[in-house]
Amino acid sequence: MKKWFRSGSPWVWLSAAGVSISLISVLGLLGLIALKGLSYFWPADLYQFELLDDKGISSTVIGEIYDREKIPASQLAHTNIKLKPGQETIERFLIKTGNRELVSLDFRWLLVPHIQSMTTPEDLVVIERRTNGNFYGYIDSLILDGKKVDLSQLPQLQERVDTFQDQIEDLQKTDIGAINYQLERLRLKERKHNLDKSLTPELMQRFKTETVALQQEYLQLEEKLMALRHEVVRDQLIVRAMDGQLVTINFEHILQVSYNNQLGLFERTLMFMHQVASFIVDDPREANTEGGVFPAIFGTVLMVLLMTVIVSPMGVIAAIYLHEYAGNNAFTKLLRIAVINLAGVPSIVYGVFGLGFFVYMVGGSLDQLFYAETLPSPTFGTPGVMWSAITLAILTLPVVIVSTEEGLSRIPVAMRHGSLALGATKAETLWRIILPIASPAIMTGIILAIARAAGEVAPLMLVGVVKMAPNLPLDGNFPFLHLDRKFMHLGFHIYDVGFQSPNVEAARPLVFATALLLVTIIVCLNMTAVSIRNKLREKYRMLDH
Amino acid sequence: MTIALNSSGTRRLKNSLAKWLITLGGISVLFTLVLIFMYLLYVIKPIFNSAKVEPNVSFVIDKRAENSSDTLSAGLDELQELAYQINKEGIVDFYQLKATSEHAVGYKVLSKNLLAENNQLDMIIESGVYLKLLIDNQNNIQLITPQFKATYTDDTRTIIPSIGYPLGNENLIIDQQNKTIKKLAFAMTEEQAMFIAFTDDNRLIKTTFIAEDDFNYDPAYETNYQEIDFVHNIVDDILITPDLTLAFIRSGNIISIFELDDEDNVSLKAEISSVTELTTMALLSGGSSILLGDNAGTVSQWFEVAGKNGRQFKQIRTFTTKNNEAVSRIVTEQFRKSFYTMTLSGVVDVFYTTSEAHLWQGKISDGQPNAMVISPRADGLLLINENKLELFSVENEHPEVTLSALWQEVWYEGYPEPDFIWQSTSGSDDFEGKFSLVPISFGTIKAALYAMLFAVPIALSAAIYTAYFMTPGLRKKVKPTIELMEALPTVILGFLAGLWLAPLIEDFLPAVFLLVIFLPCSTLITAFAWHNLPKHIKNHVPETLAPMILIPVLLLAGYAAFSLSPVAELHLFGGDMRQYITNELGISFDQRNALVVGIAMGFAVIPTIFTMTEDAIFSVPRHLTSGSLALGATQWQTLIKVVLLTASPGIFSAVMMGLGRAVGETMIVLMATGNTPILDWSIFQGMRTLAANIAVEMPESEVGSSHYRILFLAAFVLFVFTFVFNTLAEFVRQRLREKYSSL
Repeated sequence: MKKWFRSGSPWVWLSAAGVSISLISVLGLLGLIALKGLSYFWPADLYQFELLDDKGISSTVIGEIYDREKIPASQLAHTNIKLKPGQETIERFLIKTGNRELVSLDFRWLLVPHIQSMTTPEDLVVIERRTNGNFYGYIDSLILDGKKVDLSQLPQLQERVDTFQDQIEDLQKTDIGAINYQLERLRLKERKHNLDKSLTPELMQRFKTETVALQQEYLQLEEKLMALRHEVVRDQLIVRAMDGQLVTINFEHILQVSYNNQLGLFERTLMFMHQVASFIVDDPREANTEGGVFPAIFGTVLMVLLMTVIVSPMGVIAAIYLHEYAGNNAFTKLLRIAVINLAGVPSIVYGVFGLGFFVYMVGGSLDQLFYAETLPSPTFGTPGVMWSAITLAILTLPVVIVSTEEGLSRIPVAMRHGSLALGATKAETLWRIILPIASPAIMTGIILAIARAAGEVAPLMLVGVVKMAPNLPLDGNFPFLHLDRKFMHLGFHIYDVGFQSPNVEAARPLVFATALLLVTIIVCLNMTAVSIRNKLREKYRMLDH
Repeated sequence: MTIALNSSGTRRLKNSLAKWLITLGGISVLFTLVLIFMYLLYVIKPIFNSAKVEPNVSFVIDKRAENSSDTLSAGLDELQELAYQINKEGIVDFYQLKATSEHAVGYKVLSKNLLAENNQLDMIIESGVYLKLLIDNQNNIQLITPQFKATYTDDTRTIIPSIGYPLGNENLIIDQQNKTIKKLAFAMTEEQAMFIAFTDDNRLIKTTFIAEDDFNYDPAYETNYQEIDFVHNIVDDILITPDLTLAFIRSGNIISIFELDDEDNVSLKAEISSVTELTTMALLSGGSSILLGDNAGTVSQWFEVAGKNGRQFKQIRTFTTKNNEAVSRIVTEQFRKSFYTMTLSGVVDVFYTTSEAHLWQGKISDGQPNAMVISPRADGLLLINENKLELFSVENEHPEVTLSALWQEVWYEGYPEPDFIWQSTSGSDDFEGKFSLVPISFGTIKAALYAMLFAVPIALSAAIYTAYFMTPGLRKKVKPTIELMEALPTVILGFLAGLWLAPLIEDFLPAVFLLVIFLPCSTLITAFAWHNLPKHIKNHVPETLAPMILIPVLLLAGYAAFSLSPVAELHLFGGDMRQYITNELGISFDQRNALVVGIAMGFAVIPTIFTMTEDAIFSVPRHLTSGSLALGATQWQTLIKVVLLTASPGIFSAVMMGLGRAVGETMIVLMATGNTPILDWSIFQGMRTLAANIAVEMPESEVGSSHYRILFLAAFVLFVFTFVFNTLAEFVRQRLREKYSSL
């Protein structure tokens, strides 16, 4: 034993435990996110519980089992639940009961000893709604334009409402949105001429006729919208809740009616795919706690793309300077320390700098110079997608520099010499020989920068991200790309919904799903970058010989 | 060749152009870093500037009669466009302070007689900036307020002054017996106006006008008269707090404090006496502190402090004007804790109480002026001396910030003792900002330390094993997997820590401590078991697979710890460890505490430390280890005595980098702690860090305010801190690289 200790073997094993713990935590973490995130989409069984509580009152609860846990029996000492001798813990279920208009809380704890029976009736439905969350219950009857009809018509009616809803959304977002935008632009143009003192009576007349024309168009569209709205509210569904109460739900609010307990594995998988797809392409509902995350995905992607456009040339040029042009002197050392420090400065400091310098100082001056007509409401003097992209470009600059430089340093010197010996200038060698060979390394750097930027939240909270952006930064209105707009971001969405929403418990599955999406994107990006880099290293090793 | 020669001019041009462009691009990186540094400094600098008082406008106001220059009261509008004075004749004059196209500076905009024919004013009592109580020689009393209304015509603004009567035009009756009033103080809220008066027959009386509805739109009121028992026969000064709860009455060097809350009975709360000869007294903004000026040029601040015998008035701090003359008046700002003193010879000193700052000193008047007023926005000072009106512009944006207020204990109003407090905002206007950076810096260090406590052992041991003992094949897979951790967005780690880990740890608290014992023990037991295995099995399962063998073992140990947790809780901690900690050990327990932050942030730091340590150990030249092994040292001895020693600078710089990352991490701390700025090392309590503080408060801080600039200062502190750590680490690494290449 003593000898064994002296051999150092226990210490080796202990250090091996460090590796094991690290591996367990990485893989466990990814697994946890995947499991919790995916289970959000899986259509769960619907249960009906018959309860008999301490006072002998019986009741019915309908819902999904959301969580289960064991609690020490001593916590329930004050109740008169009968326990088996020696039983130390009691199990309880957390049930998602929905039906927000009837009960104030979405969730309810049930103690297992209270449960008399637990069944999964086939005709139990879950109704996903636009407002008030899910409804669990039995369908009582279907009302078509005031008359009761057979339940088999449900899918047709549902489809009909869905088409109308799509038209309404289209009308509201695209057509009416465009008119409002044009009206606002007209108003600003007029104000601008007014400020320049170049507002002639003819111009004024022109603005006026244009405004009137737009307003006419608006009224027509509004009429169309009202007609569609009228169509949408025609039919109702009458459902029976767990306490026997009948509730009328208008089709206007229904997104999906599903008999979860009747679904087979294949149908569940189909529905699972459908849920994943709608999560990605839908807008959020109910203060972000339900629905999809499309605007957040869109905002993240757009911001990251803008950032890439800025950071790539800057990073590559800086890396070329460091590796090809800079001499081995104190200034180069200083430059390298600057790069290391840019990488090490906390991201929130970039946020503070971006807010103060870009938003208030540069943006404020831009507004004074070019957007005086909208003042005092700021255009660029307020956080927005452009400032976010620039701030993150500075933040990710060292990532691109380091990766590109690594690529450059792996290119054999002989290649440069060969090119120069054939009479090419240094610039030509760079452009024709070095950069093409180093392009996978540059790619790696850019992908790593994208991965970093996609996950960064702290600086964005200061320079442009919002919990709910009414308009996407890219739309059909001239000039199409609105760099001054605020945007939504997946990472911030996680923070906001997980910590700032009014009903954190109900929103948690959605946060896990969002986290899964973000982690998937980032892990994929990273793995791509790493595999490109590894292939490149192999290639250079071959070039060397 | 000929083609090349022909175009060689443009080619050379292109070449040098490229060179310049690339050099510019390279330098721009350094420029960016310097820009960040300079910009942060540029925003921070104004908070350390001292105040400036400079003459702005002065003119002669017209004298109506020979002895009528006695200005009794004066004032300004918010934008410093108009000034007014009320003289002994009861005439109020408004003057233009800024030249317009029509009128020059000093133009009299409005003049109005406030009194009946032939009456003269005895005194004017002021309350706040705008309320003036006029008492004339016929004992007629009226309350007036100068009003300023801005009107816009053709984009130019004109301010039209007028006089309002908040309590109506009628004479106010303050003393039922209608005796001459010698001293008087008053204050009013929306519901009440309160007067405390000392009459010439030595009665101290309290008169309350109770609004029938609200004084803002209806001047109707009921009156309530009371007489106060008062033993001293002299009254020098009377003050009433703006919330109408306390009255301070100075008789020479004794100050009697009366409680006014009770409608039927005014009781003496306390008496404080000064050892020095008092000359004047004033209420600080907010009405919680009184300032006493004496004849030696000292001003002392007193406020109520909770102690053993209940709440008592205590002298908190003193301010000394430089030339030891008697303080003749103290003028306080309306919303901030600044005050201006004037000594007998006309020297003005500007102080700020909380930060104990002496902001400015200068002689701006010969002798005593008739009126001295601070403008409503505290950006101007108006003096009226005989018939000369002088307006000074005051630049005093950030008086509350000094190095001592940021980093030392400060005795805030209402606190029992000096303390480090961060509390930047509150609902009320006259709130005393508490900007101590100590609790949040402490929180930063605490969070980083707990994270390092978790991360360093795991990261170092993993790095040592991966670099030194692992087979190349396994290393190729393990290293990128652990490095994948670095890519995980911190917002996800923070979210998991806050919403998954924190409740889990709260429910299974004993499991965490069991894990600390179980994991190493199970590792050692496995190692020993493997050691005693027969040779042929050992050959099949080589020791190099140790991490893989240990994964199921550690998972089992973890499972055991969690399933034993309720049992341990029941038998060792009486069923609930949380309650045990709170009740038996007296430590308060937050769900989101330092333990959770330590684990979550440790997780974020592990890959940083791991990668750099692994690199440092892996690049230790092979011939060093071969030499040691050849001389008969065991693998472990070689590792400790040769490899780690050689790589130690690299390990040091890895830990530094990790620390730098932990210090600046925002999202994890933001989400995994309660963000309460407290000074406590307890592992079961949360903290607020510099970074999280910026993220929480920056979006709602007003641009250019002291709060905004202090948040920039916090960012600057973070910047400098990480700069030092990173530069140090990089420096050490460079040296190490040179050493390796020379070996």
